[in-house]
Amino acid sequence: MKTILSDKQQAITIDRLCHQLIENHFPFDNSVLIGLQPRGIYLSDRIYDNLKKLLPETDIRYGKIDITFYRDDFSQGNTIHVPNETNIDFSIENKRVVLIDDVLYTGRTTRSALDAMLDFGRPSAVELLVLIDRRFSRELPIQADYTGRTIDAFITQKVKVLWKERDGKDEVVLENDAL
Amino acid sequence: MSLSVKHLLGIRDLKRQDIETIFQTADQFKEVLQRPIKKVPTLRDTTIVNVFFENSTRTRISFELAEKRLGADVVNFSASGSSVSKGETLIDTVNNILSMKVDMVVMRHSASGAPHFLAKHIDVPIVNAGDGINEHPTQALLDAFSIRERLGGVEGKKVAICGDIMHSRVALSNIYCLRKLGAEVTVVGPPTLIPKHLAAALDVNVTYNLREALEWCDVANVLRIQLERQNTPLFSSLREYSLVYGVNRALLESLNKEIVIMHPGPINRGVELSSDAADSGQSIILQQVENGVAIRMAALYLLSGRGGKKLEA
Repeated sequence: MKTILSDKQQAITIDRLCHQLIENHFPFDNSVLIGLQPRGIYLSDRIYDNLKKLLPETDIRYGKIDITFYRDDFSQGNTIHVPNETNIDFSIENKRVVLIDDVLYTGRTTRSALDAMLDFGRPSAVELLVLIDRRFSRELPIQADYTGRTIDAFITQKVKVLWKERDGKDEVVLENDAL
Repeated sequence: MSLSVKHLLGIRDLKRQDIETIFQTADQFKEVLQRPIKKVPTLRDTTIVNVFFENSTRTRISFELAEKRLGADVVNFSASGSSVSKGETLIDTVNNILSMKVDMVVMRHSASGAPHFLAKHIDVPIVNAGDGINEHPTQALLDAFSIRERLGGVEGKKVAICGDIMHSRVALSNIYCLRKLGAEVTVVGPPTLIPKHLAAALDVNVTYNLREALEWCDVANVLRIQLERQNTPLFSSLREYSLVYGVNRALLESLNKEIVIMHPGPINRGVELSSDAADSGQSIILQQVENGVAIRMAALYLLSGRGGKKLEA
């Protein structure tokens, strides 16, 4: 097991991503943030809280989306997933949407998220923000606009993003698959 | 996470965890149904046949809407006007439909156990939409889901099931479902319409006094008299039944608390339930119907992955 980001590095990285968002989206009157269930919402919660601290006067629209019903592996006999909450109480019509997830790997989750999001309206532009980009493992032509850390990893390795709220500590680790 | 069963034949076969998984899933489908686009592409490669050997309005429309909102292709079949009248057997009918590459069967049949029989002979998931006087699982699920929504939970709640317990598949499924979820159940009706030994067999209370049951309960689920299933007269007249066992406004107002009124439909207004009770704020009859679509979407979704329709590389 190897640490990719320690708790300090993770905080600095998230801080940097927030500043990049501010650079591109301030004053957020035409932008919305959408976190991907289930794992991306820990990152999107952090980013939202961080932005609120940096810009206490600014109103930022923030929702969560679940992609369970839009997966492309449903008919493959894989395990059925019980869905998580979707909560988007604003229109995304003509808005600039920032999708937020923890790890970008094959790109299939992002594709499902694009599908799910389009059921809520037609945004003027969509961007993708991820904490970890596992490059060279993409199965679809999808790239992130904001990346915390880019890594190279074997398919047998697993990237685990830990959050204080859920796992007791903030850390990103690379695990070798127990064979 | 999926269900412990391959078919949804009855609540009897389900574990409490299964019911809770269905509810959790239905919560999210309910959100989908509030959106401008009330449809998801989850089952777009699935074809579902609705085989109805018995009349139905709500259940059939509800299943069809649920299937369409999951993106499935839907075929409808009703016994009248089909080859059933030419003497085709149930298995032949269904196997012929399945050979046209159908992935799931939703069936209603007037014979108790018909879907269980079918499940032994065919390979695809079957959802029981009501079989004779046995079970109507999706109705019980939507009833319990509606109680959970209205009262914040099912555990520990007191539910009275009123009327024709003997011939009602809704009653049996509701008893299984509510007991598994930890609710207390009392059945009330004329002695001729309540099976003997029910109290001991299913761990419910039995009373023949409507007022007593209503004063005890948080929720009253009022059932229709199933005249079509009664071969011998079991009470003197509908008018007398209504006088003794009919739920009306005056009765509800004379109780020491406000209870929730439910009815699986179709209502025989003025018999088991009067209009001033059915249309009051205490009644959640239309919410039950609304929740039915979300519950059926959840059941179909959770069962559909178990059809073994793996795409081979």
